[in-house]
Amino acid sequence: MIAPAAIAEVHDHLPTISEIIETMTFRAGYNTTLVIAGTLLLGVAAGVIGVFALLRKRSLMTDALSHATLPGIAIAFIAASTLGYNGRSLPVLLVGATVSGVLGVVCIQAILRHTRLREDAAIGIVLSVFFGAGVVGLSYIQRNHSAGAAGVNGFIYGQAATMRPSDVALMGGIALIAILSSLLLLKEFSLVCFNDAFARVDGWPVTVIDLLMMGLVVLVTVAGLQAVGLILVVALLIIPPVAARFWTNRLWLLVLLAGAIGGLSGYFGSVVSALLPRQPAGAVIVLSCGVVFSISMVAAPARGVVATSIRRLRLRLRIAGDHLLEAAHEERAPVISRETIVALSRVRGWPAPFRSLMVFLLRRGGLIAKAANEGLRLTEAGVERGARVSRNHALWEQYLVSYADIAPSHVDWSVDQVEHVLSDELIRDLERRLAERAVALPQEPAS
Amino acid sequence: MTVAYHRKPVLWDVDYDAPPNKLIAIVGPNGAGKSTLIKACLGLVPRASGQVEFWGAPYRKARSRLGYVPQRESVDWDFPVSALDVVCMGRYRRIGWFWPVTRSHKQAALACLDRVGMRDYASRQISQLSGGQQQRVFLARALAQEADLYFMDEPFAGVDAATERAIVGVLRQLRSSGKTVVVVHHDLQTVPEYFDEVILLNMRVVASGPVRDVFTRENLHKTYGGRLTLLSEASEAVARAASGEGPSR
Repeated sequence: MIAPAAIAEVHDHLPTISEIIETMTFRAGYNTTLVIAGTLLLGVAAGVIGVFALLRKRSLMTDALSHATLPGIAIAFIAASTLGYNGRSLPVLLVGATVSGVLGVVCIQAILRHTRLREDAAIGIVLSVFFGAGVVGLSYIQRNHSAGAAGVNGFIYGQAATMRPSDVALMGGIALIAILSSLLLLKEFSLVCFNDAFARVDGWPVTVIDLLMMGLVVLVTVAGLQAVGLILVVALLIIPPVAARFWTNRLWLLVLLAGAIGGLSGYFGSVVSALLPRQPAGAVIVLSCGVVFSISMVAAPARGVVATSIRRLRLRLRIAGDHLLEAAHEERAPVISRETIVALSRVRGWPAPFRSLMVFLLRRGGLIAKAANEGLRLTEAGVERGARVSRNHALWEQYLVSYADIAPSHVDWSVDQVEHVLSDELIRDLERRLAERAVALPQEPAS
Repeated sequence: MTVAYHRKPVLWDVDYDAPPNKLIAIVGPNGAGKSTLIKACLGLVPRASGQVEFWGAPYRKARSRLGYVPQRESVDWDFPVSALDVVCMGRYRRIGWFWPVTRSHKQAALACLDRVGMRDYASRQISQLSGGQQQRVFLARALAQEADLYFMDEPFAGVDAATERAIVGVLRQLRSSGKTVVVVHHDLQTVPEYFDEVILLNMRVVASGPVRDVFTRENLHKTYGGRLTLLSEASEAVARAASGEGPSR
């Protein structure tokens, strides 16, 4: 069992399995458990409120906000120490952080309003200038108040493991408030994020709602400074919502998932930090977020990279299959020989694996069947499909020539692309329009 | 009323009194300030001078009786909500702060989707709708506001025939139930068919009043300058308006 004091004790030995299990199951002593619970709550809060920052397209603004807190921390420390108070008192430092963070955001707004600079430039300017001012302040502290410098430096990279119980309670409390307010204002926040002009006409105080939303972002950012560090706290606001966005199209589910991802990352980061105090918790938290994001980006159904590529391949395969059936229809040959397929592949640029997959899918779809002599035979459904594609082709071609004034020699290429995506409604419309112009319609396939 | 962007006026001395229970079109060339006019009416852009009154009261007092259809391009359609969720937004002011959307409000929203022929798409994510369908969702949301005066910014822009029919149907329903609708419109040809009143706008009001009186060749010429192609397109419509073929009721 790790003693409560062990949390602040810096050691280098690797944790044993039992230590790992104890830490992960909240049994590693009061302090450690408190830190883990606190960062977990912080992660949930950041994920939840981050959703609205993302939807309001303010993700980058939060980065400027967190960097702009540094001069405030330094000034608050210097002011408190000079006045004879404890400069390392967390509430004092966080008030300073809040003031200068908000000032940074106000500066961005002022630059945007009074100049022609774009938001990215304004954010870049404010972020770097404020951070620079903070670094100057820190070096001043290091020279004149060397006793307190260590505590203040911790805000840059974060030091979850050295947090005091009262600090953790403050962080957890702020996180809890942020979570509850976001859930209470879910409807109002989403309305303003989606369509602020409509919200305004509908009678909602958009500016107030916007300020509440930004205020919660500020609260969570400031609360996370000590645990995660001001450089990385923004990741906790951005990455969980973005990762969650891959999995769902529903807002409440997005909020739930982002909260879960943020919470898990916070939990995991502080566990590692408790076991290996030399590892900065902030970095581990952000890396956990990064892992979840990578998995989401690749593997999420519907919006993930793999799913999107498969869908694109499917469409290409279907179009290729249509071309094959169409070719067979136009040659009036219900049996396709191997040579025909190979020749067609050369024209269309189908690689061999693509061709095999296409034939496999056509067979599975019941459009073709194996013929006796190594070739393929169109089934009844296949014959009909080929006729239909061929007719769509002709229909669209005639439409382009007779209606859109496109020279006959130029129509074929675009027809080739379009014939597969004509909807039934559009086909009926084309038939009607062409009939009005007394253009002879291509024959319906006999089915 | 005058509106200016960065000290450059975009609308000058607009003076118009909208008659109740009419379908009113705002027509004019690109950059004439059509959208700006309704945004200024709704307090979305600041006015340099002048005032807007609704039923004799300032905007703040009348707000609960106003409905708004913004331009379709003004929002991010990849937003994680369904068509029904968007229409429910029209009910929010009835629901009030903090409360979630209840079943009865969802039913009301579904009925509005039904009126624009979109009930079957209620649970679709909005990015999976076509442009015309998105426009109809916006219209349904305005219906859900249950307003007396509607402002619609280019509802007919780039929509398919089915959507155009649906919107015209809804406009006529609104008129027959005593509502007033102000529509920013770009298609001169359909003005006489769809609308009762027209405001011809080109930074100032060129002419305004009943379509039959105002929608004339001279006024269009004054509004659009000498853009002949447009005029030849419009002349047909003018002829129809002059021959007394009013909006079909």
